[in-house]
Amino acid sequence: MTLEKLPEDRLENELADKKPLYSEAEAKAEADRCLYCSDAPCIKACPTEIDIPTFIKKIASGNVRGSARTIFEQNLLGHSCARVCPVEVLCQGDCVYTGWGRDPIQIGRLQRFATETATRAGQAPVLAKKVDVAVAKKRVACIGGGPASLAFAGYLALEGHEAVVFEKRGYAGGLNTTGIAPYKLHAHDALHEVAWVEGLGVEVTTGVEVGADDGPGRISGKKLLETYDAVFIGVGLGADSKLGIPGEDGPGVYGATEWIERMKLEMTKAHREEVAGKRVLVVGGGNTAIDVARECALLGAAEVSMCYRRGVPEMSGYAHEMSGGRKEGVRLVGHVQPVAFVRDAGGKLTALRVAKTDANAKPIAGTEHEIPCDLVALAIGQSKLSGIAAALPGVELDKRGCVVVADTATCVTGNPKVFAGGDCINGGKEVVNAVADGRNAARALLARWAGK
Amino acid sequence: MADLSIEFAGIKSPNPFWLASAPPANSGEQVMRAFDAGWGGAVWKTLGDPIMNVTSRFGGVDYDGRKLMGLNNIELITDRPLETNLREIREVKKRYPKNVVIASLMTETKNDWKVLIRKCEDAGVDGLELNFGCPHGMCERGMGSSVGQEPKLLQEITSWVKEFAKTPVLVKLTPNTGDIVEAGTAAVAGKADGIALINTIKSIVGVDLDRLVPLPRVGKASTNGGYCGPAVKPIALHMVAALAREPGMIPISGIGGIATWRDAAEFIALGATSVQVCTAVMHYGYRIVRDMIDGLSEYLDAQGMKSVNELRGRAVGGYQEWGDLDLSYKLVASIDAKSCIGCQLCVTACHDGAHQCIFTGADDRPRPPHAHAHGPAKAPKPLPLGAIAGDRVPWIDEPECVGCNLCQLVCPVPGCISMVEVPNGKSETWNDRVKQGRDKLPGGIHEDA
Ligand SMILES: Cc1cc2nc3c(=O)[nH]c(=O)nc-3n(C[C@H](O)[C@H](O)[C@H](O)COP(=O)(O)OP(=O)(O)OC[C@H]3O[C@@H](n4cnc5c(N)ncnc54)[C@H](O)[C@@H]3O)c2cc1C
Ligand SMILES: Cc1cc2nc3c(=O)[nH]c(=O)nc-3n(C[C@H](O)[C@H](O)[C@H](O)COP(=O)(O)O)c2cc1C
Ligand code: SF4
Ligand code: SF4
Ligand code: SF4
Repeated sequence: MTLEKLPEDRLENELADKKPLYSEAEAKAEADRCLYCSDAPCIKACPTEIDIPTFIKKIASGNVRGSARTIFEQNLLGHSCARVCPVEVLCQGDCVYTGWGRDPIQIGRLQRFATETATRAGQAPVLAKKVDVAVAKKRVACIGGGPASLAFAGYLALEGHEAVVFEKRGYAGGLNTTGIAPYKLHAHDALHEVAWVEGLGVEVTTGVEVGADDGPGRISGKKLLETYDAVFIGVGLGADSKLGIPGEDGPGVYGATEWIERMKLEMTKAHREEVAGKRVLVVGGGNTAIDVARECALLGAAEVSMCYRRGVPEMSGYAHEMSGGRKEGVRLVGHVQPVAFVRDAGGKLTALRVAKTDANAKPIAGTEHEIPCDLVALAIGQSKLSGIAAALPGVELDKRGCVVVADTATCVTGNPKVFAGGDCINGGKEVVNAVADGRNAARALLARWAGK
Repeated sequence: MADLSIEFAGIKSPNPFWLASAPPANSGEQVMRAFDAGWGGAVWKTLGDPIMNVTSRFGGVDYDGRKLMGLNNIELITDRPLETNLREIREVKKRYPKNVVIASLMTETKNDWKVLIRKCEDAGVDGLELNFGCPHGMCERGMGSSVGQEPKLLQEITSWVKEFAKTPVLVKLTPNTGDIVEAGTAAVAGKADGIALINTIKSIVGVDLDRLVPLPRVGKASTNGGYCGPAVKPIALHMVAALAREPGMIPISGIGGIATWRDAAEFIALGATSVQVCTAVMHYGYRIVRDMIDGLSEYLDAQGMKSVNELRGRAVGGYQEWGDLDLSYKLVASIDAKSCIGCQLCVTACHDGAHQCIFTGADDRPRPPHAHAHGPAKAPKPLPLGAIAGDRVPWIDEPECVGCNLCQLVCPVPGCISMVEVPNGKSETWNDRVKQGRDKLPGGIHEDA
C-alpha cells in the first residue's frame, strides 16, 4: 500500500473537514427528521439511486451496518461520495424539505456516518463476497485507478471474479486522492477507501501506465485484451489546458489540478509560504477554479481573485461553492481575458496582463491592464486522454475527445469486451457519476455472463 | 382573565393544577417550590410504612427523537420516615395556607389506617387520597392495585377510612381493571368524596437486547412497572369520561399524561374538576405550570367562559355509543396542492393501510378489486399542480375515499389535507337499523345460514 508514503505534515491537513463526522446522537437526531417519503424524490436525484429513506431509517433504528449495506448496494464508493457529492444540487436539493423552505435532510452527512461507522477498522466486513459464482470465474482489468474503475472492479470482485486495476500514478483513487478539496476529503481518507476496495478482493497495481506498448511500468492495451475477459477504461481527464500566451512557462504559473495535486500530496508545512501571504489569481469560472481559489484563501493567501472572460453571473461554479468562496474572501472578477504573464528580470511572476471583454467575451482593444500577482492557477479545462482509444481496437472517440459508449446503462464501447465510464466518457462530471458508470458496466457484464 | 379557582369536594384550590402523588411531591422543600411556581395543590408522595427502593427504577420510551413519550417506574411509596413527612406537611400548610395539600395513603390493617389518618389530619392536610392503584411491589403485599382491582375490598377499606376521616377522601383508581365504572361505583358506595384516576398502567418498558433482561434493569433482572406520561393520556381520558357519565358521580381528579393546558382542558371538558401531573414535571420541572395557568385562562377567555367551572363536563355529552353515531355523515379527503410538499406519504398510507384511493400521475387508474365504486379511477382534469411539489401532488379518487382520514394523520404539512363534508341530507344510526330490522348487510354469514 501507498498510504505510508504520504508525508504526515501535509499542507492539506491544515484544512479541516467542513462537514465533520456526525456523532451517533447527531446522526440519530437528523435521521429521525427524515419523513421516509414514498417514491422519494431524493432517490431520483442521486445518480446512483441509493435508497435514501431506507438507509436513513436504518440509522434511526440503530442498524448502522444495514444502513451501510443499503448504500454500498447502489454505490460502492458511498463513503467518498457522501463527502464530495455536491448534495445541494443532487439528493438534498430535491429533498421535500428544500421545496418546503426548510433545511433539507443532511443526506451526505448521514451517508458518511453510516459508511464510516460501519467500515471502521476492527469490524466484521459489511459486504460478503459471493464465492459460489454461478459462472466460471472471469478476469477483468481496469485502466486507471479512479472512482469509475474502483466501482467496476469492486462489484465484480464481490461476485467472485478477479479484478485488477492499473494506475499510472503512485497513488490510486484518481481525483478523490489527487483533486478533491481537502476540507471535503483528505488524500489519506481517499486511500483508506481504496484499501477498503482492495479488501473486497480487488488487486490495485500503481505505477503502471496502459498504452500502446509493453515495458517496465507500461502495459499495452493489446496485452490486456489478450489476458482478460473484459477491460474497463476509467482514465479520467488529462492535463490542465493552457492559455498559450507569452510568459506562461516558468515559475508561479500552474495548472489548477496540477497545483491541487501537489498541495494535497507533496506540499508540507514547509511549503506554506508558497501560498500564505501571496496574491493569487485563478483563471476560470468553474468548479475547479472556485475549489483552487477557496483552498488558497483558506491556506492564508493575501488576496485571491477569480478572473473569467464572461460576466460573474455566468461563472459556472455551483452557487453554494461560489457563496462559500466569497465568504472566505475570494473576489470574483468578470469580463477579463489574460493576454500575457508579466515577469521581472529574474523571471519572477509579478502580474497578469488582461484585457477587458465585451458582452460576447471578446477582448476590447485598448483596455489592457495588469493585475499584480504572485501565483496563477489555470482552471480553464483539462485535455482528453485520447491515446487510450488508439490502444484498444474498436474503441471510438467523439468530437470532444470523449470515449463513445452505447449508453450509460451498459457503458459498453464499440469493442464488446471493452467498457468505459467516468470523466473519460462524460467530459468531467462528479465522482458519483463515475461510480454509477462503473457499477452499470459491472452489472451489464454480469448479466452478459449469466446469459441474460 | 378567567377565574381558575375550583372547589373539589369542599377543598378550595387557587387553580385546578395539582402535583400527583409521586417524586415531585416527595418533600416539603419541593412542594413549596412547586407552590411558588404556581401549582394550586399537591398530593403528597404516598405515606405508609417506609419501604426500600431498588435501582434503577425508571424506564423511558422515546419516539423518533422525542424523549419520554412514556415513563415506566418500579418505585414504591415514600421511603422517608412518616414523622419527617408529617413535620414537613405541617410546615408547608403553615406557610402556604391557600394551597392544597392532600396526603396520599397506603396501609393494611384497619387500625393502621386509623392511626395514619389521624396523624395526617393533625398535620393539617386538606384531604386524603387512598392509593389503590400502585401496580408493582405494593400490590403483591395486598395493597395498591390489588385493592383497586377488587371492588368489594375497595368499598370496604374506603368505608373504614370514612369512619375515621374528618377531611374529604379521594380514592385513586388503577386502570389495571376490566371495568373502571365498577371500581368507581364501589368508591362511591364506600362514601368517598372524590375519585382520582388514573394511576400507572402495568407494563414492561423494554428489553436490554445485549443482556436480554427487561428494563429497568436491577442487576440481573427486572420486574413489571407502572406506565405513565403522554402515551397514556388517551386511556386516562376514556376512563375519566366513563366515570363522568355515571349518574351520581362524585368529583373527579384527572391524571395521566397531562403536560400542557390543552391536556388539562380536555380532562376538564370530559368531567374532571382538578388535574394532577407527574411525568411532565419529572421531565421539565415545576415551571411548566406557568403555561398551564396562562394557556388555560387564554383559552377560557377566547371561549367566553368566565371560570374554569364553566368548562367542566362540557364534552361529556359529546360522547355517544357507537350505535348512536350517524352512519350517513360523509367526509372525503381533499389535498391543498399549494401547500403539498410531494412526500407522498399519504399515497403509501392509503394504499397499504387504508382504501387504495390516492394516486399520482395523470393516468386513469384501474380500481383495486375491493373497490366500492366501479370502473377506473379518473384523474381530475386539470391535475393538481403544486407550487412546491409540482406534479408530485397526489389526487384523490373521491368516490372511493371512505373518509377514514389516515392520510390527514400522516401528512407532515399542517392543513394540507382536509376532510371535507359531503352533505347528503340523511341521518341514520346503527341502532335505528337494528330497531327496523335492517342490521343484516348483503354478503354476510347469515346468507348461508
Ligand atoms: C479539482 C477538482 C475537484 C473536484 N471536486 C469534486 C467534488 O468535490 N465532488 C465530485 O463529486 N467531483 C469532483 N470532481 C470531479 C471528480 O473528481 C471526477 O468526476 C471523478 O474523479 C472522475 O472519476 P474517474 O474514475 O472517471 O477519473 P479520475 O478520478 O480522474 O481517475 C482516473 C485515473 O486514471 C489514471 N490514468 C489515466 N490514464 C491512465 C493510463 N493510461 N493508465 C493507467 N492509469 C491511468 C489517472 O492517473 C487517474 O488516477 C473534481 C474534479 C476536479 C478536477
Ligand atoms: C416514579 C413514579 C412514582 C410514583 N409513585 C406514586 C405513588 O407513590 N403514589 C401514587 O398514588 N402514584 C404514584 N405514581 C403515579 C402518578 O401519581 C400518576 O398517577 C401517574 O404517573 C400518571 O400521571 P402522569 O402521566 O402525569 O405521570 C408514580 C408515578 C411515577 C412515575
Ligand atoms: S451518492 Fe451523493 S447524491 Fe447520491 S445520495 Fe449519496 S450524497 Fe447524495
Ligand atoms: S426527500 Fe428528504 S425527507 Fe423525503 S425521504 Fe428523502 S431525505 Fe427523507
Ligand atoms: S402527505 Fe401531504 S404533503 Fe405529502 S404528498 Fe400527501 S398531501 Fe402532499
